[in-house]
Amino acid sequence: MPILGILASSKLGSLSSFESIATATGTGSSGTITFSSISSTYKHLQIRALARSTEAATGFTNLLVQVNGDTATNYSIHNLIGDGSGVSTVGYASQSLMELGAVVRNNETANIMGVSIIDIVDYASTTKNKTFRSFSGWDANGSGRNLLLSSAWYSTSAINSLTIKISGATNYFTTNSTFALYGIKG
Amino acid sequence: MASTYEPIATTTLGSATAAITFSSIPSTYTDLKIIIVATASVSGSALQFIFNNDSASNYSVTLINGNGVNASSNKYSNQSTGYGLVASSSTGLSTSVPSFLSIDIFSYAGSTFKTALVAGNADKNGSGNVEYDVNLWRSTSAINRIDLSAQSANLSAGTTATLYGIKAA
Repeated sequence: MPILGILASSKLGSLSSFESIATATGTGSSGTITFSSISSTYKHLQIRALARSTEAATGFTNLLVQVNGDTATNYSIHNLIGDGSGVSTVGYASQSLMELGAVVRNNETANIMGVSIIDIVDYASTTKNKTFRSFSGWDANGSGRNLLLSSAWYSTSAINSLTIKISGATNYFTTNSTFALYGIKG
Repeated sequence: MASTYEPIATTTLGSATAAITFSSIPSTYTDLKIIIVATASVSGSALQFIFNNDSASNYSVTLINGNGVNASSNKYSNQSTGYGLVASSSTGLSTSVPSFLSIDIFSYAGSTFKTALVAGNADKNGSGNVEYDVNLWRSTSAINRIDLSAQSANLSAGTTATLYGIKAA
């Protein structure tokens, strides 16, 4: 029964245009997650990430993304970052990867994770370069970062693979890190 | 392939009310998302939320905002609620122009502390605010209840909030 003064509804229909494609979990012994064989049947993609690194340090490191195994300098980056005290922005051209999120390092308080929502629009186009957008951050009750991130991949190839990684050969995603890839139909 | 983005409940206020409550939230999803279109009885009120009826000082937030003049970043520790549109009293909810907020709550039923990303937009034809908040709730409990409210005010009639569940494969 609706609460007095409130019009309530529940058990609404599902949004069938938003589908889960795949989920990956950190192993504690790898700093790389790959979503491969991505179908071109959607209009847009979204990655929702919950990430922490085994790196014995405080603060955060960047969540890095490459497309279709491309490690050449075909990417660019712009970001707007707030640290709780001030705002900064920077851009980089001709990069070999994209910075699209925050990964909390392991000397931060336990159970604090970096989170990211990465949107990839028109990923299957064969006539356009590809634009990425991310809202990401972490908070540790007195420290943290708020990240608004944009990147581009300069290729007209359809995206069929996404590689997510962190820098450092011995830095790994913790076992409570999760990465979910979704497809959004047009 | 099964749909994984489902509305759980929607509430639209028929009269001014202190809070919108989503309770008995099932733990069957991966993330939660709330879409809110809100006005308040007091201009400039922040949008607040608490989880599982916890009003102790277990919340904190790091935010970035632009108010049409300046961009800034602030942080608030040991808060008794989570926040959206909190940057300043002049840039919060309006009494007449609906503000639009989305709250993404990650791994709400998981065993880590809970982080919520809030995107808030308030424009009042000459003043306003675009604000992005990273909220932390320092609890490992699964979230089964969410209360939305306006700071020191009521949410006005017509305010609407929809809770969605997002399920990963």
